[in-house]
Amino acid sequence: MESSVQNLPQSSSSRLLASGLGWRRRGVNTVMTVLIAGAFVLAMIPLFSLVFEVAKRGIPGLSLEFFTEDARGVVGGGGASHAIMGTLIITGVASVISVPIGIMAAIYLNEYGTGRLRRALTFFVDVMTGIPSIVAGLFAYALFEIFFGPGIRLGVMGSVALSLLMIPIVIRSAEEVLKIVPDHLREASYALGTPKWKTITKVVLPTAFAGLVTGVMIAIARIVGETAPLLVTTGVVDSMNTDPFDGRMQNLAVYAYNEYRSPGVMKQAAYDKAWAAALTLIAIVMILNVAARLVYRRYKTEIR
Amino acid sequence: MSSSRWLVVIASAVILALGVAACGSSSSDETGGGGSSAGGGEVSGEIAGAGSTAQQAAQEAWIAEFENANSGATISYDPVGSGGGREQFLSGGVAYAGSDAALSTEEGELEKAEKRCAPGDLIEVPDYISPIAIIYNLPGVEELKLSPETLAKIFAQEITSWNDPAIAKDNEGVELPDTRITPVNRSDESGTTENFTEYLSEVVPSVWKFEVSGDWPVKGGEAASGTSGVVEAVTAGEGTIGYADASQAGELSSAQVKVGSEWAEPTPEAAAKVLEESPLDKELSPGKYTIAYELDRKTESEGTYPIVLTSYLIACTKYGSASEAEAVKAYAEYVVSPEGQELAAEQAGSAPLSSALTKKIMPAVEAIEAG
Amino acid sequence: MASVDTTTNAGQLLAAASGGRRRLGDRVFSRTAVLAALTILILLAGVAIFLLSEGLPALTASAAELPEGKSFIDYAAPLAFGTVLAATLAALVAVPLAVAVALFITHVAPPRIALTLGYLVDLLAAIPSIIYGLWGIFVLGPKMVPVMKWLEAKLGFIPIFEGPASVTGRTMLVAGLVLAVMILPIVSAVAREAFAQSPRRLQEGAQALGATRWEMIRMTVLPFGRSSVISGAMLGLGRALGETMAVTIILSVSGAVTFNLISQANPSTIAANIALDFPESSGIAINALIATGLVLFAITLVTNMAARWIIARQEGE
Repeated sequence: MESSVQNLPQSSSSRLLASGLGWRRRGVNTVMTVLIAGAFVLAMIPLFSLVFEVAKRGIPGLSLEFFTEDARGVVGGGGASHAIMGTLIITGVASVISVPIGIMAAIYLNEYGTGRLRRALTFFVDVMTGIPSIVAGLFAYALFEIFFGPGIRLGVMGSVALSLLMIPIVIRSAEEVLKIVPDHLREASYALGTPKWKTITKVVLPTAFAGLVTGVMIAIARIVGETAPLLVTTGVVDSMNTDPFDGRMQNLAVYAYNEYRSPGVMKQAAYDKAWAAALTLIAIVMILNVAARLVYRRYKTEIR
Repeated sequence: MSSSRWLVVIASAVILALGVAACGSSSSDETGGGGSSAGGGEVSGEIAGAGSTAQQAAQEAWIAEFENANSGATISYDPVGSGGGREQFLSGGVAYAGSDAALSTEEGELEKAEKRCAPGDLIEVPDYISPIAIIYNLPGVEELKLSPETLAKIFAQEITSWNDPAIAKDNEGVELPDTRITPVNRSDESGTTENFTEYLSEVVPSVWKFEVSGDWPVKGGEAASGTSGVVEAVTAGEGTIGYADASQAGELSSAQVKVGSEWAEPTPEAAAKVLEESPLDKELSPGKYTIAYELDRKTESEGTYPIVLTSYLIACTKYGSASEAEAVKAYAEYVVSPEGQELAAEQAGSAPLSSALTKKIMPAVEAIEAG
Repeated sequence: MASVDTTTNAGQLLAAASGGRRRLGDRVFSRTAVLAALTILILLAGVAIFLLSEGLPALTASAAELPEGKSFIDYAAPLAFGTVLAATLAALVAVPLAVAVALFITHVAPPRIALTLGYLVDLLAAIPSIIYGLWGIFVLGPKMVPVMKWLEAKLGFIPIFEGPASVTGRTMLVAGLVLAVMILPIVSAVAREAFAQSPRRLQEGAQALGATRWEMIRMTVLPFGRSSVISGAMLGLGRALGETMAVTIILSVSGAVTFNLISQANPSTIAANIALDFPESSGIAINALIATGLVLFAITLVTNMAARWIIARQEGE
């Protein structure tokens, strides 16, 4: 108790000791508590408004057609199946690129890294987390333009741009998770004569599995709604395209933006579909977040 | 079952459903009708176009009908604005462009286009004629009449209030509120802007001293992106006034503009009449297949509405790949055909090309070398 | 604390014991890991090189060649101004709010529901930015029109509220508010971490001396968490600087460089400008856009570096 008193600023402690709990101090406390609680409520208002408005405006746009039909050959009608499939494919390819690289890089940082390469990598991963999403898109565009000429639009370009955003997230969370795996597990494994690579793959990774999966799912959730990089890379098209290496591919985020920006003749129908696409996006993100947490709880290994 | 098992079941079901949907996907015949004029059904290939947002409604209709008739073809049109469409066409990014302004000789646009199409020829033909409506949002005022001078002063931000005497003079007996005028313009490079500023600078040069261009010259107004952006902004704000292709004006009221001694409304017929009276622009139509018009904005004939845009289809007679050429040819032929023009009139409210005009244009599109 | 040193102890002993041969599996695996690390560095180098090479032509071009006929500085400066203005506005609104939210969750709310409340705030971060844009223009914008009219009427003498108030709500004020909501969870998460870790002894000591909860917070929690809050604020600022879609959809861009927050004439931000102009550009115009992208990258880099430097200093103390 002595040390605690000494740590407080001198004037405050003497003031505290001197005054009793008068109504003035109680008043200030109440006011501040109310303000703080009020701030929380204020912060929650946009959240609820967002979800409410998206649901309210998006539900009219939802229909079986929305999920099963694309917009080919239809004016002002049609669905968004090409956009949904595009989002899944583009995000899927981005994950296929990012997850192995990201996890291996995290393994490097945590298990192997020494000296300059390690410091450089840590520094640059930090830099990567700050890349504005539109800049990532520009990079992917510039890269492919060199090989394919201007005006090229491909699904895989979007995946490359998204990978640039996803890799640092995967690395960061994987690194955290790997750090938590206690050293005594590794040392026990070495003591049994296991080579290092087997230790990592058979002991460290399985122990960290739940955390890794969670990290990946959170990373996917973060990029699935990215619009800006896809605007400059994947193009606009009405038809279903399942080949990321050939031609324009639609996706939910750009689809929503497009329906809003160029609704054409049937304006309300287009706006409805924009909101419906937004609703679908939110649903995907929420499902991924919830699933990530459930997976974590179900699969995490308790370490004793 | 545990919660995570349920999760796996649900996830698999969703993925399965989406997989089935993907396999069975493309939506078919929603626009119904015709189809035989849109090609025999054998055209396949993927082509991309871009450009004018004014043409967007028409292009959507054309693409839908064409794809219905030719299930192997995929056409996409990106309404990025006339300026953007021309740029992408010149750089080879798209196979065809829609532009509310003909390729100009400034900055060598026309030469660049000819170079892009070489060894083939450049094709530039009108495919869409539509009035530019002056849309406004003023509750309580159903009918609004504006003389060209008043119109120019409003958009030049010299008149700032709805109950200004100049507006009152044009609208005898109408109760005008004391609301501030918010002029809405295009923030992107737009052929609609170019046509509108051309009208203003030709008819009232004493008021409108700005340069004619696709970029709106007056700062400080409410700027919106695309035709739909302008319509949206006018709809959302009280006291707003803007200019946009009539095809997307929707429920908004349009002002009547003084032509000669009459008050003209933005109808397709009035728009078509202006084109009928306009001469070919020799400077901008140097090639065999370039047909650009110099619209007579100063016309005072009865039944005309001079704030009109003629939007062009820009393409080449030769393309790198045979399937691209075939698809562009078939699509372009459909667009300028009587059936295509009727469809656009129906869906987008444009004025169909007159038969005289169609006769002139057909040879240009038929010159595209397919296969 | 799993660092490389573990291999030096147990692993190397073993390797030495078994004759010092490193097995094939180890070689392959470790090389793969190094390869992954190098790939990332090469990727980043590639980003830098490509962007520089694509952006350079615009930096060296004459004014006549560039879009709008201005020199690059004249073209990019208003955009940079708008970017910083929007982000600063967002940070000014978000940081106090985030601190209050963090305090609420860590010190005011009943501990049992604190975790759930934390999840709720984090949900704000999960919502895609395009939805924020749509919400801003269709919901918040129209609702703010009467507020802006009031601001113009009562506080119009202050330059930022000079007006005339926009009738559509597509203003810098609304964009800034939407950005604030977007960065709130980031700042609040960092603040929550810091506040949750403020030393118990100090807090209990203050309370034992008769401090009210607010006094305890003010005297112990806040000073302790101050640098974390600052770094969190800068992380949020970095995010706001790079935000594209919300601003693209909301702002009515009329090119003016002004502090007026409630009118229809607003400067654009670098990111929104790229999103709006890219589809219709080609040639030197694209180079110019990429060059502004580099400028943006530089700004966010500096901001993030400063944030991490502050964190490092805090941890060092």
